Amino acid sequence: MIAILTFLAGASGAVTRFLLDAWTKQRWQSPFPMATVVINITGSLLLGVLAGAVLFHDQSSTWQTVLGTGFCGGYTTFSTASFETVRLIQQGRRTLALLNAGISLVVSVAACAAGLALVWAL
Amino acid sequence: MTTDQPGVDGADEGTADAGRSTTSQDPHAELLTDPDAPAKAIRPLHLRPSAMAWIFAGGIAGTALRYYIEKAIPHDGASWPWATFLINLSGAFLLGGLLEGLARLGEDSGWRRRVRLCAGTGFCGAFTTYSTFALEIVLLGRHGDFGTAIGYGLLSVAGGVISAWLGIVVMAGVHRKKAPA
Repeated sequence: MIAILTFLAGASGAVTRFLLDAWTKQRWQSPFPMATVVINITGSLLLGVLAGAVLFHDQSSTWQTVLGTGFCGGYTTFSTASFETVRLIQQGRRTLALLNAGISLVVSVAACAAGLALVWAL
Repeated sequence: MTTDQPGVDGADEGTADAGRSTTSQDPHAELLTDPDAPAKAIRPLHLRPSAMAWIFAGGIAGTALRYYIEKAIPHDGASWPWATFLINLSGAFLLGGLLEGLARLGEDSGWRRRVRLCAGTGFCGAFTTYSTFALEIVLLGRHGDFGTAIGYGLLSVAGGVISAWLGIVVMAGVHRKKAPA
């Protein structure tokens, strides 16, 4: 049952990513793939909060599996982020490529740590 | 004649600059810059229930495969997260190959778009994960394994870019071999 809920949550995360990506691009057009960066940062923050609830407040790990492995996992994406970096390099936009990879990594990890710390402090 | 000259030079320079900064250096100009981009359509792609259904189906399969791989190779918070590492690198390779292959087969419409949404946005997108990757780095750091945390982060990001590029190159090679001489 948990497995099926996790798969459905992951699929919902993927659709959410698609909608947010399209919505962002309609309003803000730029060669920098801002939508994917924001998606990965917010998903990492949410997973940090979920993991914190399990680690520090003895919440059932079922939630972390369904919403974390499922929703956050399907919502965030590593493959699109990597592909977009390659496309920026191929277009000769090396600085943007480096910024895309660097900001995604550093800010996602910081957001996840912040989520964890926030729940620990509560 | 001489009065025309600066204008002509200026135009030439402008063309050269434009060429340098945009697509002339791009060895894969046929590829989309953004794989999730909504293509031109009467009704926006993201408002179509069928587009969401294809992504949902691919998302179930991608999440399921990741779920079982993570279960088979569990991460204890202290060692190299092999499951996520392999998932992310192989997913980036698949997405690169898929989008290159589809772009070489024709424009982004009909079955090609359905495959992109289902296998690309849905499957590869949900199979790979940035949030679990970020959490594993945080947990490694929390455990005091800063070397592993930094190495895992940097190798994953660099490996993901190389994998996606390899996927594109391999698929371009396959297509060239199949094309009539």
